Amino acid sequence: MNKNLVITSSPHFRAATTTRDIMLDVLVALIPTLVLSVFIFGFRALILSAFCVIFCVLCEYVYRRLMKLSFTIGDLSAAVTGLILAFNLPVSLPLWMAAIGCFIAIVIVKQLFGGIGRNFANPAITARIALTISFVGPMTNWTAPRLFLSDAATSATPLALADAATSATAGVTALPGYMDMFLGMISGSIGETCKLTLLIGGLYLVLRKVITPTAPLAFVGTVFVLSWALGADPVYHILAGGLMLGAIFMATDYVTTPTTEMGKLIFGVGCGLITVIIRLYAGYPEGVSFAILLMNIVTPHIDRLCTIKAFGGARHKAL
Amino acid sequence: MEKKGRLSLLFNGVIKENPVLVLLLGTCPTLAVSTMAVNGLGMGAAATFVLICSNVVIAMLKNVIPDKVRIPCYIVIIAGFVTMVQLIVKAYAPEVDQALGLFLPLIVVNCIILGRAEMFASKNSVLNSALDGLGMGLGFTLALLIMGSVREILGSGTWFGIPITAGRIDPMSIFLLAPGGFFVYGTIIAALNKLTKGRAIKRKSMGCDGCPSAAACGGAGTGQCPPDKEGQS
Repeated sequence: MNKNLVITSSPHFRAATTTRDIMLDVLVALIPTLVLSVFIFGFRALILSAFCVIFCVLCEYVYRRLMKLSFTIGDLSAAVTGLILAFNLPVSLPLWMAAIGCFIAIVIVKQLFGGIGRNFANPAITARIALTISFVGPMTNWTAPRLFLSDAATSATPLALADAATSATAGVTALPGYMDMFLGMISGSIGETCKLTLLIGGLYLVLRKVITPTAPLAFVGTVFVLSWALGADPVYHILAGGLMLGAIFMATDYVTTPTTEMGKLIFGVGCGLITVIIRLYAGYPEGVSFAILLMNIVTPHIDRLCTIKAFGGARHKAL
Repeated sequence: MEKKGRLSLLFNGVIKENPVLVLLLGTCPTLAVSTMAVNGLGMGAAATFVLICSNVVIAMLKNVIPDKVRIPCYIVIIAGFVTMVQLIVKAYAPEVDQALGLFLPLIVVNCIILGRAEMFASKNSVLNSALDGLGMGLGFTLALLIMGSVREILGSGTWFGIPITAGRIDPMSIFLLAPGGFFVYGTIIAALNKLTKGRAIKRKSMGCDGCPSAAACGGAGTGQCPPDKEGQS
């Protein structure tokens, strides 16, 4: 084959934006949450986050080197994956388990399928699910917020509390107030508790045009409407658990979510639907991660349903 | 057939044409029962017994069985031996019976056994069929044992019930579930391909000629049904 003849599909004109710029924006958007999580959960949140970032980058480097492939750690995508993965972990998780999570995210989910842009599922969310299924105890060992340097204590997450409250025995434990949940003064994984900073990060990404707000709004909106319709407390459900983190940072991943706005809408609604069903009716208290993974899997089909009519061309038949 | 031929017939099934790892037959029982090494061994032993016996009987009856109803005939023969195995296991090893559950009676429809009956026993002599059954059975058992060992060590920290890392390191229970099973399965196939440099199965045997299910599907994939089999579709 003639190596000089470059055959590519459109677009042939490229903007100056690189993957690195986008990933840098995502990292910037995640930093307020990181700062606040250190404030909420103590210094170990920072150690765990740094460890995940470093280990993910290391995994990517070693894999690309062993397989004699081009080095891609410069695009910062591994660092973003590491940070988002750390945000999905409880602060007390042993480092070696986090290392297994990083390995799953980078090597198994991302690199084995061909590296950046070719993974079918979100690496961080898949690694979180693998860890949740594997290490049930350590992955649900939620530390109560302790506002820097006070003593550590374990406590249930708001969703676990709500789950218990619906069963006949409980009702004694008070659910946390909306303000505490909004500001992150609740137990949970490192990056999911503070909705304020997550929203700031999301707003930054929207303003920088890194993401469009379609999928997050559809996701959160569906959860709100559906949980309200099914008789649960809608405000509580959008503030609890990893919904905001998932909606803003993982349901907007370029690789594993649909490309068209219509597709993103379907993706978000689907995520919301699955999340509410799992939260209210299934065994797990939280369903955001499963929802995103399941919708990742149907993303190619959504893309196919939402093909845009090419300018001047005939409308594609949805297959 | 000469001595060397017979020996290669026996060892064919172990690595070169391993039914699970190379021919990719019998995936369902492989994934389902390989959560523990001992289960894999039990399942492998049961299937090997049925495989040898059914191969021998089918090779004996190959000239009697009418071509058009051969699959039901094979199934009846296999089911007879499976029933024997099931009763024996229930009587002498009830815990293995408990662990294997439904998958013991399901040996009846195990693709390996039906595949070997169709592909080998119906065309070869009794002795060769017995050797083929033994070889394939060993290959199946070996694959199950490897998968069972990996999944048990990683998933529960034990091997044949003996604690290895249990109590010291938290085992990854995902290896006991379906995703872990698929993952280990794929990894072992990849490792075998790497070790044999993809030569485990010869290119020519990738077509309908080498496919154990070719007779069953009648070459449906190629769109050309063999003339003598047209009646069954």
